[in-house]
Amino acid sequence: MSLTTDRPPVPTGPGVPAPEPHRVSGGLLDPRQLLTSFPDACRKLDPRVMARNPVMFVVEVGAVLTTLSAAKDPSVFAWVITVWLWLTVVFANLAEAVAEGRGKAQAETLRKTRTETVARRLTGWRHGDRAPAEESVPAANLRLGDHVVVEAGQVIPGDGDVVEGIASVDESAITGESAPVIRESGGDRSAVTGGTKVLSDRIVVKITSKPGETFIDRMIALVEGASRQKTPNEIALNILLASLTVVFLLAVVTLQPMAVYAGAEQSLVVLVALVVALIPTTIGALLSAIGIAGMDRLVQRNVLAMSGRAVEAAGDVNTLLLDKTGTITLGNRQAAEFLPVSGIDVGELADAAQLSSLSDETPEGRSVVVLAKDKYGLRGRELGGHAEFVPFTAQSRMSGVDLTEDGDRRELRKGAASAVMHWIRENGGHPTAEVGPMADAIAAGGGTPLVVGEVVHRDGETIATVLGVIHLKDVVKAGMRERFAELRRMGIRTVMITGDNPLTAKAIAEEAGVDDFLAEATPEDKMALIKREQAGGKLVAMTGDGTNDAPALAQADVGVAMNTGTSAAKEAGNMVDLDSNPTKLIEIVEIGKQLLITRGALTTFSIANDVAKYFAIIPAMFAVAYPGLDKLNVMGLHSPTSAIASAIIFNALIIVVLIPLALRGVRYRPSSASKLLNRNIRVYGVGGLILPFVGIKLIDLVIQFIPGLR
Amino acid sequence: MNDTLAGWLQITVLIAALALTYRPLGDYMARILTATRHLAVEKGLYRLGGVDAEADQQWGAYLRSVLAFSAVSVLFLYGFQRLQNHLLLSLGFAPVKPDQAFNTAASFVTNTNWQSYSGEVTMGHLVQMAGLAVQNFVSAAVGIAVVAALIRGFTRRRTDRVGNFWVDLTRIVVRLLVPMAFVFAIVLVAMGAVQNFHGIHEIGTLVGDKQSLTGGPVASQEAIKELGTNGGGFYNANAAHPFENPNGISNILEIYLLLVISFSLPRTFGKMVGDHRQGYAILAVMGLIWAASVALITVNELHSVSSTAGHSAGGMLEGKEQRFGIWASALFAASTTLTSTGAVNSFHDSFSPGGGGMTIFNMMLGEIAPGGTGSGLYGILILAVIAVFVAGLMVGRTPEYLGKKLGAREMKFASLYILATPAIVLIGTGAAMSLKGERAAMLNSGPHGFSEVLYAFTSAANNNGSAFAGIGVNTHWYNTALGLAMLFGRFLPMIFVLALAGSLARQQPVPVTAGTLPTHRPQFVGLLTGVIVIVVGLTYFPALALGPLAEGLH
Amino acid sequence: MASYLPPAVRRHLSALRMLLVLTVITGVLYPLAVTGVAQAAFHHQANGSVVTQNGMSVGSSLLGQSFDLPKKNPNNPDEAARPDPKFFQPRPSAGSYDPLASGASNLGPNSPDLVKAIDDRRAAVAAFDGVSPEDVPADALTASGSGLDPDISTAYAYEQVDRVAAARGLSPRQVHTLVADHVHGRDLGFLGEPRVNVLDLNRALNALSG
Repeated sequence: MSLTTDRPPVPTGPGVPAPEPHRVSGGLLDPRQLLTSFPDACRKLDPRVMARNPVMFVVEVGAVLTTLSAAKDPSVFAWVITVWLWLTVVFANLAEAVAEGRGKAQAETLRKTRTETVARRLTGWRHGDRAPAEESVPAANLRLGDHVVVEAGQVIPGDGDVVEGIASVDESAITGESAPVIRESGGDRSAVTGGTKVLSDRIVVKITSKPGETFIDRMIALVEGASRQKTPNEIALNILLASLTVVFLLAVVTLQPMAVYAGAEQSLVVLVALVVALIPTTIGALLSAIGIAGMDRLVQRNVLAMSGRAVEAAGDVNTLLLDKTGTITLGNRQAAEFLPVSGIDVGELADAAQLSSLSDETPEGRSVVVLAKDKYGLRGRELGGHAEFVPFTAQSRMSGVDLTEDGDRRELRKGAASAVMHWIRENGGHPTAEVGPMADAIAAGGGTPLVVGEVVHRDGETIATVLGVIHLKDVVKAGMRERFAELRRMGIRTVMITGDNPLTAKAIAEEAGVDDFLAEATPEDKMALIKREQAGGKLVAMTGDGTNDAPALAQADVGVAMNTGTSAAKEAGNMVDLDSNPTKLIEIVEIGKQLLITRGALTTFSIANDVAKYFAIIPAMFAVAYPGLDKLNVMGLHSPTSAIASAIIFNALIIVVLIPLALRGVRYRPSSASKLLNRNIRVYGVGGLILPFVGIKLIDLVIQFIPGLR
Repeated sequence: MNDTLAGWLQITVLIAALALTYRPLGDYMARILTATRHLAVEKGLYRLGGVDAEADQQWGAYLRSVLAFSAVSVLFLYGFQRLQNHLLLSLGFAPVKPDQAFNTAASFVTNTNWQSYSGEVTMGHLVQMAGLAVQNFVSAAVGIAVVAALIRGFTRRRTDRVGNFWVDLTRIVVRLLVPMAFVFAIVLVAMGAVQNFHGIHEIGTLVGDKQSLTGGPVASQEAIKELGTNGGGFYNANAAHPFENPNGISNILEIYLLLVISFSLPRTFGKMVGDHRQGYAILAVMGLIWAASVALITVNELHSVSSTAGHSAGGMLEGKEQRFGIWASALFAASTTLTSTGAVNSFHDSFSPGGGGMTIFNMMLGEIAPGGTGSGLYGILILAVIAVFVAGLMVGRTPEYLGKKLGAREMKFASLYILATPAIVLIGTGAAMSLKGERAAMLNSGPHGFSEVLYAFTSAANNNGSAFAGIGVNTHWYNTALGLAMLFGRFLPMIFVLALAGSLARQQPVPVTAGTLPTHRPQFVGLLTGVIVIVVGLTYFPALALGPLAEGLH
Repeated sequence: MASYLPPAVRRHLSALRMLLVLTVITGVLYPLAVTGVAQAAFHHQANGSVVTQNGMSVGSSLLGQSFDLPKKNPNNPDEAARPDPKFFQPRPSAGSYDPLASGASNLGPNSPDLVKAIDDRRAAVAAFDGVSPEDVPADALTASGSGLDPDISTAYAYEQVDRVAAARGLSPRQVHTLVADHVHGRDLGFLGEPRVNVLDLNRALNALSG
């Protein structure tokens, strides 16, 4: 089950790219994985390994005890219980092994891509050095601050920043994305990753990671779970589970003298069975698998979390800081409306705007053509006569076209209001007073005004007029509004970060439906905002890619660095998005929540299961001494031995049954805490109460035919 | 008026009285615990006691003060009993034996008031009023003080200070317990409770025989015994004794008194955390459990469920007083076992298996519905922490209660809390059952005999103090074992509560959002009730199966 | 406080001082104040609601007492008590109405001893009162909680009317009316149970018989 399958389909419109589909679904369990992980599961029976999981350790000790008891005093019942107790432990290990196995497979592919690279180290390299001295060293010998040169076809030997040159790089080894990316010195696209391949050109890279600590090394360690540490919530839950285990252990140990008094002394096998049935084995068995699988789900979405703590923090986030451009809006502005000045027909303006943009290949220019066609039916056309395209320059701040036909010359320009008006005046025209207010109104509404002007040279006369204004506007990505509403329901506040002026920012914020915005944002502002939120006890998540984002990324509780970003940014954040898709922050939050929900749901389930197990085991233990207690045998189980065996078998099998759920996480639909809780209590609490009654009864119906359990 | 109508009416009147008191008393207690100014008399007490009333204590210092005060109290009370023959008003009684004196000292200091002695033939008036009854006041106040520290843990931010124990203790005694106890003691006297310093003297009877008249400062002790959820009777028969509880009015008044502080504390909690709805939610959980318990015990007693003797006599009146009858006895039994009071107006040992089993289960719940003064509220708040933790995970956030995150440290203390009492109950019961000599203390045989032992350790560890009183517990072993059970059952949880308070107070609260688990809605009330019943049920099911269940399902 | 003492010792000394101070308030002043008011305002109740007749105490109206025939041999502690048929009889008591042994039987709901005791009492009361065994009410068969229960149910009081009337040579009607006059309804009309105070009733009976 993927995280997003339950969401309403996101509408896609013209000019709006569909949101990226997830390449990896949720990761369903392949039954073969169970088999291949089996040896690993058995290896984990080592008590030194088991001791890390107190609940399962108790089961293992119990299994050893029943084994000894069964060997000394053999009976079918004793051996059935013994075998299933061992299976319980193995199943628990299996869950962990399967979760780890999935990571291992990914690590393998990563390793394959990392060939034994030889680095061309430059000695004494300085900027502008045309012919530096070069030596070949193994990549593993590179030190921090070394400079290496990489040319087309070669593999980059280590993580670093491009300090000279520009190159297209194939990063599919780590991102899985086959399209090459550009990496160049200076700016925010300078970081390169070891193991990726330069496709064209030549770059000089300054190494920024120590050997063995490169990005790929960390990624391998991460997916293999080698560096896995228990997260805070996991530790807290473990404490609760351990104390429940102790309570049940005490309840059973102290039961024997009470049973002796009742004239119903119990065998060791039965007492161990009761302990194992009561202690929270289901969640105890699956707890670490849930954690590993949670990280794994992130990896499958091409996000690398540097710690499980960060994933958990993502679930707790109160405030999301989202960059406007690329996250909330499409990267470019688009023409939304033509506003003619009085005396000019709107068709005329549209025509002029279209003409001026026909050769304009910028997204803005193309959007003008599209608008003229969609709204005014003006088709794109061949320009008659001689047409000369005038491109945008920083000096003129205008672009347009010069049309020469029959000696007449018509110049059309569109551009910033001040530039176009200046141009009109230069040509002796008088722009009407209404243009200024029109442009201001558009700017106030968050748009960008593009003024269209015309200068006609005909018969030695020059007429310069302003035709009107094109309203360019930021286009909010489809589905963002719904997404933000969803986040609001989850209790997460979204803050849009933009360099725009407050008016523009406000308009876009309203359209996108974010809760707040930070306009004219400087890195310092961002930092201040984060600190302010955190001072109120809130957890903040943000994305960033630039070097100047690094402090904020480090300050934020969840900082997701874009893989395209600088290494400073990647170092500062606690997650890296290999797809460099800022929208993914929302998914990360959901995965964080899902991780916790899965733990809580299975804990509830595990504890709720105990009720049915009591109803199976207690009458089996004591109905001989107190026949009245047989009334508690509400399941009508066949015999005392079959009842106890059924409970133990159910207890073991439920672990295997729930492995897939542990791996993919419980279904998560963003909604308020109350609704989520209601649903999860219904499914895992009430379900956990009822299911074992059915399960134990069914198992009993089967095993009652085993001779010796009658 | 028929039985049923009258029965319902007295429950209704009790609930109405509690409801009327909830706000004023709860608000008043909040004021006591948050006021910045000391009364003149309090200043004098601080000076005499040599304590610094201005110090704001860290949780460790607060705890050390609690423990020091309690340790001194145990020693003082022990010495008092051992030396009573040298003191005034001893009525000629010999010193209490060492093991029994230890048991009694532990019992009264821990607010348990388990009594392995028979008051009218063991304790002189001075020990009763200046030893035992003093602890009725101060042990109740200690409970409220500790919960005040816990609430401050929730309300304070970024501090390691949780209040001043000496101030909390003194204010609760001076401003709350003494005035209330005084008023109600007088009311009880007016209805017939005795209040004098006479020794035992004989009076004639109608047929010309002699009967001993046992006087003493009874009403003054009775009032605080109920109000402070103590429960230690002046007489062996406790509140079944006509001199302690003379009629139907005094009876309902005593039930009201033993419930009123604990049922009003949620209001104090709500007020101090600045959200009355939080108080109502806790109150609702307490109320639900109490109501269910009253109903179950009443039904079992009315219909003599699974009781041969009840059917044979035509009613469950063994051990019950005629002036109270079944309804008022069941109401008292449910209330006393749910409040850690342990006073009785009827004898639980003779209750039907279901009714008696319910009184055991009530105590097993951990004395939280509404529980002892203060201890009830901190007990239920710890369970709320556990419930919030599991539920919080299920809504996908690091669990938080009242803005404070429940991390590893908080869960450690909460888990140890819920582990401590069951461990004492189970180990104690298990040990007693494995010792032949101690099993012999049972009066009854079969599962009911086992229930007596289970009841004893459940009562001691949960600081209730009532008993399936057939069991003969005035032995070295039981006096020592139960004494230790009471001490550990009181102070281990307190250590964890105060540690939790310190840990919470240090935190910066997180803001409430739509993603926060709301802890004031019916949903949470249901959740918390479910967690309490299931966790307790699972812990004790095997033991209950061999006691009340085995007896009831015969 | 001596500052050269270790902090733990100082803390405990301080705790002791606080305990003593609070003991004075709650253990001395408080009970004395209650006693003062009680003795002044409710002298009768505060001293045990003792009932006197001709200047002689005949018991406390709050404590049950036995109405037995004098022992045949006053020095034989094992001699079974014989109820006096001329008096209304109280409930069975686990402590034989000795205020120094207040308390209940504490026999369990399925205790064979209790069942046997109930059966024996039923037979004895039926025989004593001359009624059919199934007419004996529950409170006549069960020991009270305090062992000092001063009351019986109205049913048990009426059940004894004929026997008392016969023993005293009164008309059952007269005695019945007397009982009816001594029925104490529920307190405030709804609290507890209706009941008859045995001492009050027997005193009235004595008065009636002259």
